[in-house]
Amino acid sequence: MTMVGWLGQVLSSRARFAVLGAGALLILALAFPLWKITMFANQFPEGLRLSIYAHQLVGGNGGADLQGINILNHYIGMHEIQAADFVEMKFIPFVLGIFVLLGLRTAIFARVGNVVDLIVLFCYFAMFSFAVFAYRMYSYGHQLSPDAPIKVPSFTPPIFGHQRIANFDVYSYPSAGTFLLGAFGLALIAVLVLETRRLRRQPA
Amino acid sequence: MKLHLSTAAVLIAVACAPSKGPQGGSNSRMADAREAAQRTYVEPGKLDEFYLFYSGGHSGQVYVAGVPSMRHIATIPVFAPYPATGYGFDADSKAMLGGYTWGDVHHPALSKTKGDYDGRWLFVNDNANNRLARIDLRDFKTHQILGPIANSSGNHGSAFVTENTEYALVASRFSIPIPRGTYVPLSRYATDYKGIFSGIKIDSATGTMSVAWQIMTPPFDWDLAATGREISADWVVWSSYNSERATGRLEVTASQRDRDYIAFVNWRKAAAAAAEGKGKMIGGVRVLNPREVPGMMYLVPLAKSPHGADFSPDGRYVVGGGKLAPFVTVFDFQKFLSASIANDTIGNEDGIPVLRYESIRVAEVPVGLGPLHTQFDDQGYAYTSLFVESAVAKWKLGPFDGHDSALVVAKIPVHFSVGHIVVAHGDTRHPVGRYLISMNKLSKGRHLDVGPSQPESSELIDITGSGLTMLYEAFTEPEPHFAQLVRADLLHPIEVYPKAENHDPNAIWAASDAKITRRGSIVEAKIYSIRSYFAPNEIEVQQGDSVILHVTNAEQERDMLHGFGIASYNINVVMDPGETKTIAFRATKPGVYPFYCTNFCSAMHQEMQGYLMVKPRAGATVAAGGGNSP
Repeated sequence: MTMVGWLGQVLSSRARFAVLGAGALLILALAFPLWKITMFANQFPEGLRLSIYAHQLVGGNGGADLQGINILNHYIGMHEIQAADFVEMKFIPFVLGIFVLLGLRTAIFARVGNVVDLIVLFCYFAMFSFAVFAYRMYSYGHQLSPDAPIKVPSFTPPIFGHQRIANFDVYSYPSAGTFLLGAFGLALIAVLVLETRRLRRQPA
Repeated sequence: MKLHLSTAAVLIAVACAPSKGPQGGSNSRMADAREAAQRTYVEPGKLDEFYLFYSGGHSGQVYVAGVPSMRHIATIPVFAPYPATGYGFDADSKAMLGGYTWGDVHHPALSKTKGDYDGRWLFVNDNANNRLARIDLRDFKTHQILGPIANSSGNHGSAFVTENTEYALVASRFSIPIPRGTYVPLSRYATDYKGIFSGIKIDSATGTMSVAWQIMTPPFDWDLAATGREISADWVVWSSYNSERATGRLEVTASQRDRDYIAFVNWRKAAAAAAEGKGKMIGGVRVLNPREVPGMMYLVPLAKSPHGADFSPDGRYVVGGGKLAPFVTVFDFQKFLSASIANDTIGNEDGIPVLRYESIRVAEVPVGLGPLHTQFDDQGYAYTSLFVESAVAKWKLGPFDGHDSALVVAKIPVHFSVGHIVVAHGDTRHPVGRYLISMNKLSKGRHLDVGPSQPESSELIDITGSGLTMLYEAFTEPEPHFAQLVRADLLHPIEVYPKAENHDPNAIWAASDAKITRRGSIVEAKIYSIRSYFAPNEIEVQQGDSVILHVTNAEQERDMLHGFGIASYNINVVMDPGETKTIAFRATKPGVYPFYCTNFCSAMHQEMQGYLMVKPRAGATVAAGGGNSP
């Protein structure tokens, strides 16, 4: 089978439903944080928490922790962390909607090529989003106000894992939203692999 | 009347005789020090099991401690200014204090539902200025001060709340001619001076108190009360001294009769009579005359100059502590009801029937000398403080079959001269027991010497099993009278004032909303405070202006308090996270006055400051050395 021929093969109805189901994971992902940052210090044994969603920032302790983190950060001249500054929080939900539509399109036209398109685009989107997040973290730690009460060298807050910053232990890890997005990607890859195997076994 | 001891003199003589050690069952002891330490030790970071709310007497405040550690945790200012929390300096608390700078807190009462603590409010009395205050246990703050209550003087017999917190009941210790302000010579004390019971209605949703009705009584000195439960739920009992209606040197003149009275009052009947319009309006309150409301009030003789009158948990028995007698009297409420229905009287006082003592009393338990106050546990024991003997007695609440002395099972000496005692939930339908705290009037050097003004002592006693075991001793601010000991899990206080619940129109949540406005000679500022600055940090006014400052603490993090003190202007308020406080004053002194955060907040706390600039009035010279008096 030629590459073009393979891309034009028709998906089984089971695969079409699987793609539809995977699309639902994207919608579900909106309801969960993509990333969680938690800070502990001696006088903050309960921790200060920040949850990053696709469309919003939510502080722990009923929202109070975001203000708490910003108050601490202002001593080192860090720009206030606020959702309004995150342009990507406006377009990421929109992009996720596009992926749901593309999934719908895949389920209807049902070609292997549609699944491949979806995987490629989604990988690009995932990498882009992560890069944006990393750049955000870098910027917050590198654009410190020169007249801050406490002068610290520029730094990048942890993007993944643990880092000690002054008296704080900071932990940064992906959360349920990211796992759901990952599940969407893995589901598409599984569909592609299983469909390819099925198509190899039975002549067109 | 059969007497056990006829005069106070004999009592004092007995008390002063060489001590023979504890009497009774005598299985009380000092705990092994190591064992006691283990039982009271709460390791750093761990929490106590109980809240102790103890009255601060003439300090006017309420203190909160943890039990079993006995650590003082917080002071709740009630009747006196308290700069530590800014109480009495901001407009609201100042208005609540009404110009008074002290009060005399005696008997805290937790709100109840079905006779058990419900963890909502704490009511406390002011014996001095006839007031009653409500502390909300959601934020541990005083939210209302009621009074001075009309007609009533010496609000000692309070606060005692009914089974479902329908009323807080209040009695006057000092009789006066009513309404307050009336002048009648003391020679007409017996006839023209009046004692007053007040029914203070409590709103079941908000806890707001209001004076609903009063009962006019003979001029006895009403002392302590207890509210009934179940069978006795509609009733309250009050002990009295000075049934002699004497004046002058009361220690003698009011100690002549062998028995005074305990009053049984049906508060539900009083409320109904007031609702029917009985009685007459005096001092703005509907005052009932017991003569006109039959069945509302009875007197029962009780030896001698009694202090405590306490209902057993099931509401069946009333224990009266005759403080100049060597025993407590146990009355059966059933028998009281029968006697009142049968009109089994021996006379009357101003038309109030006096019931026959022998018909109602079921026991005279010889607990010891000077019984004051009784509490109960969950194992069927009662505990009575013995002032003269300086001890606490443990005794069985029945059976009352004539073997009264066999009821006493243990006694423990305390240090020294105990007034009230408190057992965990010891005045509720379901006492918890386990611990008793003896609130002693004298400490007499059992502490590091602090000069002649010595603290009171409070001793923690283990009451499990059949004995009494001394565990710990703490020294308390003057002066714990009564206390409430409540399981910690019943209270759920907030940690910050949620921003969403701050409805103060002058609250601001961003530095950019801070502003100063002027209307004529009134300067009003909305001030924002957060780690670690005020906005604005410069406030300019003219000498003589009325200045109104609304300071909001925009924090939402627990324990992130900010203070706002103005040097030389005698002003200091403290704002909890999410709280707005208003300060109003006249800028009488010209010059430059620093203001600063008084409650340490952060690494930049010292920098949290600003200036109040008071421009001299035109033509006025800058005061030389001015501004030394607030």
